[in-house]
Amino acid sequence: MPADPTPHGATAAGAGAPASLGKGAAPQRLAQAALRDVPWEVGVAKPDAAIVVDDVTRTFGGLTAVAVDHLEIQRGGITGLIGPNGAGKTTLFNLLTGFDQPDSGTWSFNGRPLGKLSPHRVSRLGVVRTFQLTKALSRLTVLQNMLLGAQGQKGEGFFRALVPGVWRSQERENTEKALELLRRFKLDAKKDDFAGTLSGGQRKLLEMARALMTDPEVVMLDEPMAGVNPALTQSLLGHVKDLREQGMTVIFVEHDMDVVRDISDWVVVMASGKVIAEGPPESISQNQAVVDAYLGAHHDAPLTVDEEDRVLAEAERSIAQEEGTGGDVIDPERRPRHGGQR
Amino acid sequence: MAELIDAFAIALKAAIGFQAVFLALLALGLNIQFGYTGLLNFGQIAFALLGGYGIAISVSQWGLPFWVGVVIGLAAAVLLALLLGIPTLRLRADYLAIATIATAEGLRLLFRSVSATPVTNGTRGLSGFNQDFIALAPWDTAERYDLLGTRWSGADLWVALVGWVLVALTCLLTWLLVRSPWGRVVKSIREDEDAVRALGKNVYVYKMQALVLGGVLGALGGMVYAVGTGSATPDQYQNANTFLAYAALILGGAARVLGPVVGAMLMYFIIQFADTGLRTLISNGVIPEDLLSATDVAQIRFVLIGLGLILLLVFRPQGIFGDRREVMLDAR
Repeated sequence: MPADPTPHGATAAGAGAPASLGKGAAPQRLAQAALRDVPWEVGVAKPDAAIVVDDVTRTFGGLTAVAVDHLEIQRGGITGLIGPNGAGKTTLFNLLTGFDQPDSGTWSFNGRPLGKLSPHRVSRLGVVRTFQLTKALSRLTVLQNMLLGAQGQKGEGFFRALVPGVWRSQERENTEKALELLRRFKLDAKKDDFAGTLSGGQRKLLEMARALMTDPEVVMLDEPMAGVNPALTQSLLGHVKDLREQGMTVIFVEHDMDVVRDISDWVVVMASGKVIAEGPPESISQNQAVVDAYLGAHHDAPLTVDEEDRVLAEAERSIAQEEGTGGDVIDPERRPRHGGQR
Repeated sequence: MAELIDAFAIALKAAIGFQAVFLALLALGLNIQFGYTGLLNFGQIAFALLGGYGIAISVSQWGLPFWVGVVIGLAAAVLLALLLGIPTLRLRADYLAIATIATAEGLRLLFRSVSATPVTNGTRGLSGFNQDFIALAPWDTAERYDLLGTRWSGADLWVALVGWVLVALTCLLTWLLVRSPWGRVVKSIREDEDAVRALGKNVYVYKMQALVLGGVLGALGGMVYAVGTGSATPDQYQNANTFLAYAALILGGAARVLGPVVGAMLMYFIIQFADTGLRTLISNGVIPEDLLSATDVAQIRFVLIGLGLILLLVFRPQGIFGDRREVMLDAR
């Protein structure tokens, strides 16, 4: 990484993160409008960054899983995080939410450094995540799953738990809120079923609804659409857009490019641990670095006739050298040059 | 027939005696730890040992009052739980299991070692520490009393009565805890602790609380046993008791308030009924002496318990009180 010149990082440092633009009635348009003038460069400064990542690296033995020089996430927008398998997207999620500790680097949320914080502290600050492999709490009912998400519960202290009078009214309020959310996610009919009986897609919905019980500012969704049928995908997409309407900042990892194009305000592309491109969704498919990362750098255009000949000749030569008889049987036309080399 | 009724009465006595209280308290502690929170404590007997010896050493060796001994025993259990929990509760569940099983065996060997003899009196153990407690009985403890067709000494009756009151209070505590938001958090930890962390709960603190509470219940069990037998010897606290308590818990139904209590009573009932019943059948000649001699009975009754548990797990994996739907869900 030292070899990598980072003019973008310098720009970002110079510009800094401007003070919060007051959240208007339509945060969606706000975020999109704000991002319209942002150049499509890696590490570019955003007008109103909720999360700022600086020089974060994480290695597993010899493998560098994450090496992000500078990354800012726009507040109130939906940021898609894409990249081939093993690009370090989930590792970055783990680092940002305290589930993993980096080798170096700092990151902050609303200007407050988050490094070294344990997962539950990050969550209490308002950054809540879901998991790639859904973590429904199987042997609790759907409603209990939801209630677990509520913050600041008096009845969660050991001694106060013994006096129901202390927490009962709060529990009632939380239950109402949970039922409201379950209705929005169409899970209210299932509220008394064990979460373990839900289908994969319903579990995704439950996990998202449960995360919302914490009243988060930033929601980080790790592959929210994986393994979900197309009809449910549409409804999940609607929910994710809803989060933005409510002023939340959404970061999500996804492999389905249609989904990414549909809902993201901004897309960040990672490969081999680095951010290789960022920009609005329409900019990404034309980006050479992204195409290289997904398809390999040497795929190029279809082979021309000349190139085909050259490749063929090389193959013959190597065969000939191995066999020690020459390639004359296959290609008499090129024989003299071939022979001369020998 | 009369002999079978006698065997039944003797088994009933075992099911409500202080030994059953001991097992029930161990299992109630494991229920909090394993049943609700998912912690694998394979050394519950270590907490019982500290409870029993807490009283025995305080009273017999240091001449302290009985109730100070109780406080010392409980404090020792809390300390052990903290010592075991601090290094292991941040790690995977297996590490607590390894640490507890080693501690249980290590502590027993330490208490019976020569170098500890000045304090613990080695393998001969300590006695004569329960008079103050027995003296509190509202009836004459030197007398014998008839109860449900068996004779009880007044002291045994008193220990058993206080023991069952303890068990009842523990059940009440468990019931209050598991229906509260606290209980919801620990049950969620059992299912998936990362999900709970992501929702802003300090998982480590909850696991520690469960470990300490379960350990304190184990210590209470050990106290009941020590006071009931009137002596404390290291070999009373064999770690097999931990697994007997697990068996009782599974028999009754884990993560059910009354599961461990009924499981422990039933366990003692079956052991004692098999024992007396088989001996009766052998002495009557119903079971020929060549097939099974009276000396084999002590082993055979545990074979029967094992057989019963296997059948239970095949036909009723949720235990007596459990919810089959719940158990059949693949946890995580």
